[in-house]
Amino acid sequence: MKKSVILGAATVAGLAAGAAAAGTMDDVKARGKLNCGVTTGLVGFAAPDANGEWKGFDVAVCRAVAAAVLGDANAVEFVPTTGKTRFTALASGEVDMLARNTTWTFSRDVDLKFEFVGINYYDGQGFMVPKSLGVSSAKELDGATVCIQTGTTTELNLADFFRSNNISYEPVPIETNAEAQQQYLAGACDVYTTDASGLAATRATFENPGDHVLLPEIISKEPLGPLVRHGDNEWGDLVRWTLNALISAEELGITSANIDEMAAGTENPEINRLLGSEGTLGEMLGLDAEWAKRAIKAGGNYGEIFAQNIGEDTPIGLARGLNAQWTDGGLLYSPPFR
Amino acid sequence: MTTLTDPPKEQFRLSMLLYDTRYRSATIQVIALIGFMLLAAWLISNTMQNLEALGKPVEFGFFAEPASYDINQRLIEYTSRDTHLRAAFVGLLNTLVVAFLGCVTATILGVIIGVARLSHNWIVARIMTVYVEMFRNVPVLLWIVFIMAILIETLPAPRAFRGETPEASMMLGDSVAMTNRGVYIPEPLFSNSLGDVHLFGASSLRFDVSLDLMAILLVLGIGIWVSNWIKHRADRIQEQTGDRPVTWWQRTAVIVVPMAILLYLLGFHLGYPELKGFNFKGGTHLRNSLIALWLALSLYTAAFIAEIVRAGILAISKGQTEAAAALGLRPRKIMRLVILPQALRVIIPPLISNYLNLTKNSSLAIAVGYMDITGTLGGITMNQTGRELECVLLLMLVYLSISLIISAIMNWYNESVKLKER
Amino acid sequence: MSDIGFVRTEMLPEQDPPASEVGIIGWMRHNLFDGWFNSALTLLSIYFVYKVLAALVPWILSPTWDAGSLAECREVLGALGREGHYAGACWGVINERWIQLIFGFYPAELYWRPIAAFVLLGVALAPVLFSDKVPSKLLIFTILYPFIFPWLLWGGTIWGPISVVLGFVVGWLVYSAVDKAVSNLALVYSAVDKAVSNLVGIIAGAVAALIWWLILSGYFVGAMDSIAAIGIEPVESRKFGGFMLSITIGVVAIACSLPLGIVLALGRQSDLMIVKYLSVGFIEFIRGVPLITLLFVASTLLNIFMPPGTDFDIILRVLIMVTLFASAYMAEVIRGGLAALPRGQYEGADSLGLNYWQSQRLIIMPQALKISIPGIVSTFIGVFKDTTLVSIIGLLDPLGLSNAIRADANWNGIVWELYGFIALLFFVFCFSMSRYSMYLERKLHTGHR
Repeated sequence: MKKSVILGAATVAGLAAGAAAAGTMDDVKARGKLNCGVTTGLVGFAAPDANGEWKGFDVAVCRAVAAAVLGDANAVEFVPTTGKTRFTALASGEVDMLARNTTWTFSRDVDLKFEFVGINYYDGQGFMVPKSLGVSSAKELDGATVCIQTGTTTELNLADFFRSNNISYEPVPIETNAEAQQQYLAGACDVYTTDASGLAATRATFENPGDHVLLPEIISKEPLGPLVRHGDNEWGDLVRWTLNALISAEELGITSANIDEMAAGTENPEINRLLGSEGTLGEMLGLDAEWAKRAIKAGGNYGEIFAQNIGEDTPIGLARGLNAQWTDGGLLYSPPFR
Repeated sequence: MTTLTDPPKEQFRLSMLLYDTRYRSATIQVIALIGFMLLAAWLISNTMQNLEALGKPVEFGFFAEPASYDINQRLIEYTSRDTHLRAAFVGLLNTLVVAFLGCVTATILGVIIGVARLSHNWIVARIMTVYVEMFRNVPVLLWIVFIMAILIETLPAPRAFRGETPEASMMLGDSVAMTNRGVYIPEPLFSNSLGDVHLFGASSLRFDVSLDLMAILLVLGIGIWVSNWIKHRADRIQEQTGDRPVTWWQRTAVIVVPMAILLYLLGFHLGYPELKGFNFKGGTHLRNSLIALWLALSLYTAAFIAEIVRAGILAISKGQTEAAAALGLRPRKIMRLVILPQALRVIIPPLISNYLNLTKNSSLAIAVGYMDITGTLGGITMNQTGRELECVLLLMLVYLSISLIISAIMNWYNESVKLKER
Repeated sequence: MSDIGFVRTEMLPEQDPPASEVGIIGWMRHNLFDGWFNSALTLLSIYFVYKVLAALVPWILSPTWDAGSLAECREVLGALGREGHYAGACWGVINERWIQLIFGFYPAELYWRPIAAFVLLGVALAPVLFSDKVPSKLLIFTILYPFIFPWLLWGGTIWGPISVVLGFVVGWLVYSAVDKAVSNLALVYSAVDKAVSNLVGIIAGAVAALIWWLILSGYFVGAMDSIAAIGIEPVESRKFGGFMLSITIGVVAIACSLPLGIVLALGRQSDLMIVKYLSVGFIEFIRGVPLITLLFVASTLLNIFMPPGTDFDIILRVLIMVTLFASAYMAEVIRGGLAALPRGQYEGADSLGLNYWQSQRLIIMPQALKISIPGIVSTFIGVFKDTTLVSIIGLLDPLGLSNAIRADANWNGIVWELYGFIALLFFVFCFSMSRYSMYLERKLHTGHR
């Protein structure tokens, strides 16, 4: 593709004349990089380390997709987005996909014209309070000061919850998790509310995590998942089935350790289809046969990614809970690879 | 001898539009106008096409939908069931409040610091220089988050006020509580309140005007007018007889006495904040976010105003000071009667632009969660409805109107104090 | 009559002034303890300074430079018996992240490029800023620098910037050729005068340059690249962050807004009503809205305004909006410079028979720009400080990075160290700029007396 040098600086600054509407897959391949929208920083889910390398649970999804499409888990440009800028970044084509703990809601799906390709984390909005407050239920929070992150569904859920229970509260809107944590720890708010995963992650970094409790009420359903633009089904399919491949891999017992062995061929036809030694699933997606193998190899299967970034052995220490496989009583249920 | 003849009448030719200086300016203007309109048309058609593709036609209907979020600081009644338009209105009032408070404090601080920088006291002048340089050379956004962090980290939480031997206690006879959630101060209450006037019925722009406040303002206004009249009379008597009658007690009395009577009739008393449940209840709650923003904006702008004041004072020639000193005026009187009135003329125009800057900078409220119009209309509403175009354009329009109104008022004031040159 | 009189015949030996009037004591009496009010102020100030230092110095002096996380800092301080929230600063975070705060995510092996770009920026600015000390031949470098700067930062093939420069050359060549041709015509047709040939030449030159940039340069770059692929590794603007991003935005915005600002200022002063009102409208609109709303436009709307399918990256969009923002302020600064020129300069230019553009180019602008330099520098300081606002739309400038760093599990809970470090760097930069601007103001001031 020949780019005209419109005013020089425009080109050097990377004026990518890409059509936003269709052919995201071709764009990504032509570019050789996947542009993936992530948060500006949330412990365990996405944050840059000292070398500028992004790490986290959401980041791993981006890397898996990049590995599937481009064959290189590092061929990802991470675009930090705020709660405010994320949807425009995706709608305008600045990012190819958004993996930024975004709740799947009707209006985002239908009105804002996005396509949620699946759910990588089942979450719900919870409350964290200091133990010393002696509160055991969110219904006892009448008159409390509540820290919330703006630009999310949490502030709407919160307003609805307190209104329906006919109790009053004082909202303190905050831009980022780091600031919310600072205010909460200093006692500038009694309660911190956000997704339960975020609460657990935040609590884990406290000096004395034991001094704080999560209240039993989960006041909303927050299915978090990657999303793409409406209307580009090939690309949507690819992201959806990459995520499903990670989930299925765990169900089928494929790990980053045994994947090479399994890719050689096994007795289980579904594993063979997934890893490309049988059938033409990759071709149907517009990729080669080994796409899923690369995606899984990038960071391991769903369980490995979970354990590595937010699982019980990490400082964040989240239990699998709803995010266990359906066979273990969780909600993760990948459609079959057939 | 030659006879005068009219110069040959030139036939108008098309080429004269370009060649003839009489017409060329018109040509250039028409070209500029056409170019501008083409640009505008191009932008609008692009926007239309893009919005079409996104399936988001421009429409403002969402303003009538319930906002569904709560706002902590609301000067008018608001619940999460009210409309987005009302949320924007609440935000607008919050913007105006912080801008007004900021302008007043910044001016006071700025004048004090500007004068102190010229002080003969070496250490005071140095401290003020350090202050000015420190605030001028660090971004205001950094100051806002910095001051917010200081408020949160250094002041005690409300729970520190609890218990038998509390770690913190209220100040000024248990009337003011400084907590890291903000400052609680006593609020004025009226037991024989005159009630409110409800304006604009049930629309989104409805608001209540307190008749008590109106009555107080009215009495105050009349008092000041009478007091001024007494002053003018004293001036007249002084001009006629050379003796100035002592009027200060009359002038104070006509303001204070009616006010005291009115407050008594209204049953004025203070409502003190009390620790109840999680928070202090009662009293007026100045939230952290308001204080941080107010403080940061006024300290930052005060540094600029101090420089303007200093420059204004230095601009008055030394002869003025010396002449005033020769008349036997004391230094403080020289400043008040001779220097400042003249310096004011130099000071006011840049002061206006600093007020405008402060108002515009108040949009950084978003960094500390102060729900101004950027936080409501340009923040949560934009985010929840996904109507970026409408929200951002409206937001710009609001700020533009505020700016134009402020500069109109200040320019009018500037005209009125300007040196009348005859 | 006794003629007893006492007239001293020789001078008394000079006495030292009383000890209370000279030396440190005298100075203190005059400057610190001059009356009760001043004495009280002095004591109060000393107490205040002592309080501030007593709180800050122990906090700053904290041996935590090598700590790898906040918890380690607490251990180090705990071992020293310093417990509590304000026991001491945790400098480990600065040690680990200062490079990131300065360069963002720019590839580490390419750090020389931004450094070179900013050092060369100093070289390029020297002939303008220190015109009395630096040979003016360096001005050629100054003119070429706007093309070198983006190339160094963003990388890519060298033919890109060269082809942009060639566009100007093409435009100039066409202009002189057309100008000459039309002038020759003028000898034949008397209706065509000098000004017209000039105008036609400018239009033809501009069209030629546009054709070159929009159509031909793409082929030129492609062709030259296939012949001799000279270039440096391209770096995407997403990698920009930290102070490098702030400085880049500031420098690009000011450089691009200078020509725009000149045009707007001239437009505002112009006698042509429509041109004037368009300029006034633009300037007042931009100055009437906060920068943050313009950044919202950059982050959410600018792509909607462009033809479908265009996709700038966010930093370019921010650059565009900040440039528009700066140009309105620049226009006002230059208008101030124009207004400060004595009327005689305009009249003198007219009396020499210069036309509008000639008088602007040769007489007015060189002087007006020179007296505007302090204003331009303060506009730059303002824009540079305002670049922190981009953190609100999710770019990782120093302030945005501080949030990202605080999201790292190791440094979760750090506040003052990062803010302090960022504030210090901004202070050093802005303070030296403002000092320079004051020096210049003084220099220019004396020059006019």
